[in-house]
Amino acid sequence: MTALTSTLTPIQTFDLESATVRELNAALHEAADATSWVVENPAGQHNIAVGIDREVDVTVNGHVGYYFAGMHQRGTVTVHGSAGVGLAENIMSGTVHVTGDASQATGATGHGGLVIVDGNTGARCGISMKGVDIVVGGDIGHASAFMAQAGRLVVCGDAGEGLGDSIYEARIYVKGTVASLGADCIEKPLRAEHRAELAELLTAAGRDDDPALFKRYGSGRTLYHFAAANSHAY
Amino acid sequence: MTSSYASQGLRESATFDRAVINDIQRAAETGIYDIRGWGAKRALPHFDDLLFLGASMSRYPLEGYREKCGTDVTLGGLNALEPIKLAIPITIAGMSFGALSANAKEALGRGATEAGTSTTTGDGGMTPEERGQSKNLVYQYLPSRYGMNPDDLRKADAIEIVLGQGAKPGGGGMLLGQKITERVAGMRTLPVGIDQRSASRHPDWTGPDDLAIKIAELREITDWRKPIYVKIGASRPYYDTALAVKSGADVVVLDGMQGGTAATQQVFIENVGIPILAAIGPAVAALQELGMHRKVQLIVSGGIRSGADVAKAIALGADAVAIGTAALIALGDNSPRYQAEYEKLGSAAGFYDDFQDGKDPAGISTQDPELASRLDPIEGGRRLANYLRVLTLEAQTIARACGKAHLHHLEPEDLVALTVEAAAMARVPLAGTSWIPGSTGY
Repeated sequence: MTALTSTLTPIQTFDLESATVRELNAALHEAADATSWVVENPAGQHNIAVGIDREVDVTVNGHVGYYFAGMHQRGTVTVHGSAGVGLAENIMSGTVHVTGDASQATGATGHGGLVIVDGNTGARCGISMKGVDIVVGGDIGHASAFMAQAGRLVVCGDAGEGLGDSIYEARIYVKGTVASLGADCIEKPLRAEHRAELAELLTAAGRDDDPALFKRYGSGRTLYHFAAANSHAY
Repeated sequence: MTSSYASQGLRESATFDRAVINDIQRAAETGIYDIRGWGAKRALPHFDDLLFLGASMSRYPLEGYREKCGTDVTLGGLNALEPIKLAIPITIAGMSFGALSANAKEALGRGATEAGTSTTTGDGGMTPEERGQSKNLVYQYLPSRYGMNPDDLRKADAIEIVLGQGAKPGGGGMLLGQKITERVAGMRTLPVGIDQRSASRHPDWTGPDDLAIKIAELREITDWRKPIYVKIGASRPYYDTALAVKSGADVVVLDGMQGGTAATQQVFIENVGIPILAAIGPAVAALQELGMHRKVQLIVSGGIRSGADVAKAIALGADAVAIGTAALIALGDNSPRYQAEYEKLGSAAGFYDDFQDGKDPAGISTQDPELASRLDPIEGGRRLANYLRVLTLEAQTIARACGKAHLHHLEPEDLVALTVEAAAMARVPLAGTSWIPGSTGY
C-alpha cells in the first residue's frame, strides 16, 4: 500500500503495483461514506472493488479484469480503461461506469443500479438481468439479455445474434441493427413513455443520442408456459 | 395382481411393462414429457450392497453407550476465517423456498439447529424464516441467481456454488406456475404464475479457470470469512472433484442420482448421472492424489436413509453427508396418514412424487396456504431433530462395533461388498475375498 494517507484526506490513492486487491477491497468495505478513492495500476487484476456497500466515489485508472465492482451496492465506481468478464455482475444499486470496452456478461444478473459502458461489450451483456439498467455506447455481442427478467438495456450501437432469447419482462432499446432476435423476443412499439424512460437513461449515462432513433424489444410472452407446440422454439 | 395374471398364463413384457405402457400413452395423449419430483426410482447399486466387518479377534470394539464415539466435523477450514463446526456429520441439502413451503423450510432450520447441524437454501434466495431458525445456514449460489444479494451472502455461514445436482447433472431448475405465487415470484423477479425455467450454466463463468476467479470474488466480497462449497451432480466425480479443488473450493458436495428434485423431467432423473455408491470412490481418489483428502471436505448425498448409510459414506472417505428426501419424509412426506388424499391425486402414500404440482397433502412441497398450514414448523423441526439423532446413534453404533472412537476413523478396510458391481463401484473387496474388481486384477 502506498500513498494512503490519513482518512481525513479527501482523496485516497491505492497503487495496486504495491498493494494487493485484498487490501484495497478490505479498505473499501470499511470506507467512510462520502470519501473518494483513486486506484492506480490495476493491471487487469480480477475482483477489484467488489462488494462495495459505502457511499464512496472510486476512480480506477487503467484496465480491470473479471468481476470488477461485482455485487456493487452503493457509490459510484469509474474505470478509465476497459473491463473483463462479468463487469458489475449482480449489481444491486449505485453506478458503475467504464469508459472503454467490457467483455462478456456485463451486468449479469444485476438487480438494480446503473452500468455504463462507453465502448462495446462482448457476448451475454445483461444476461439474466433482474432490474439493473445498462447503457452501452457501442455494440453488444451475441446472446445478450438472455433470460433477462427485469430492467432496461440500452444499446447505442448494434446488437449481436440471439438478442433477448427467452426474455421475461426486461426492456431492450437498440439504436443500430440487431443481427437476430432470440426465441420469444419481439420488436414492440416505442411509445411516448418508452422515449421518456430512454431519454432519462441516456442522460444518466451522459449521452445525447436521440431516443426517437431507437427500437424497443421485449418478450412475446409465448414461452411462459410449457407447451408441446413450442418444442420448435427450444 | 400380477401373480394372479401369471397363474392364468398371462405374461407381462419386461421391456414394455404396465408403467412403460402408461408412459407411452400419457406422452401420446399430452404431447409433453413427464415432469415430477423425487429422485431416481429405479433399482440401483447402493449402500445396501455393502456390509461392515465388525470387530472380533483381530479388531477391538468399543463399548456401546460407554466409550465415546465422536461425531463432530469442521467444514471449510482450508481458506475460510470462519469454518463451520457441526456436532454431527449429517447436513440438510439445498431445497428452495418455492419448491418447499415456508413452514417446511423453517422446520428444516429448526430441526438442523436442534441437532447441531446446517441447512441449506435453494434456487430462490434466503427467507427470513429460514435464516432466523438456522444456526448454520449454507447459501446456495446458483446459475439463476434468483434473490442473490450480497447482504444475504454476508449473513450466510457458508456459500455453496451449485454446478449441478444428482437428479439432473447438466440440467437447470424448474418451478411450474402453480408454485410461482406472489411471494415466490417477488423473490425471483418473475411474473406470477409462469412456468419458471432456471439456467443450467452460470451466466458469468465457464470452466474451472473462471470458477477460480469467481470463488476469489465471493471470498473478497465476504472478506474471506465464509467457507466456499462447490456442489456437483455425480457424473464424472474424479475430474469434477479435482477441478473443484483446483478452483479453490473448501468443500466439495457430491450428489448422486438418487438425490431428490422438486421438478425435473422423468427421463432426466432416471437416465443421467451415476449412483452415489459409484461416485464416492473416484472423488476420494482425486482428493487423495491432490493431497487434499480431509483438508477439502467431501459431503455426499443421494439416497442417505439410515445411520448405516451415513457410516458407509464416511467409511468410503466422505467427511459428511447431506439428506434431502429423507428429511422431507421425516417431516411427513408420503405418510400413510394422507393416503386418502394421495389417492384423490391419483397417487398413494409411498408413491407420491408430484412435487411440481404444489398440491402436497403433507404441506411440504406446496405454496398453497391451506396445505402449507398443515405442517407445524415446530413439530416438524422436532421430528427432523429426532431423525437426525437416530441417524447419528446408528452410525455411532456401527463405528463402535468397528472399534472406532470417531465416525471419521471409519475406513474402506471396514467394508466389504455383496455384489461384484458394488465391489467395483465402491472399491472395496467382494465379501469373503480380497478381490476389488478393476483394482486387484480381472
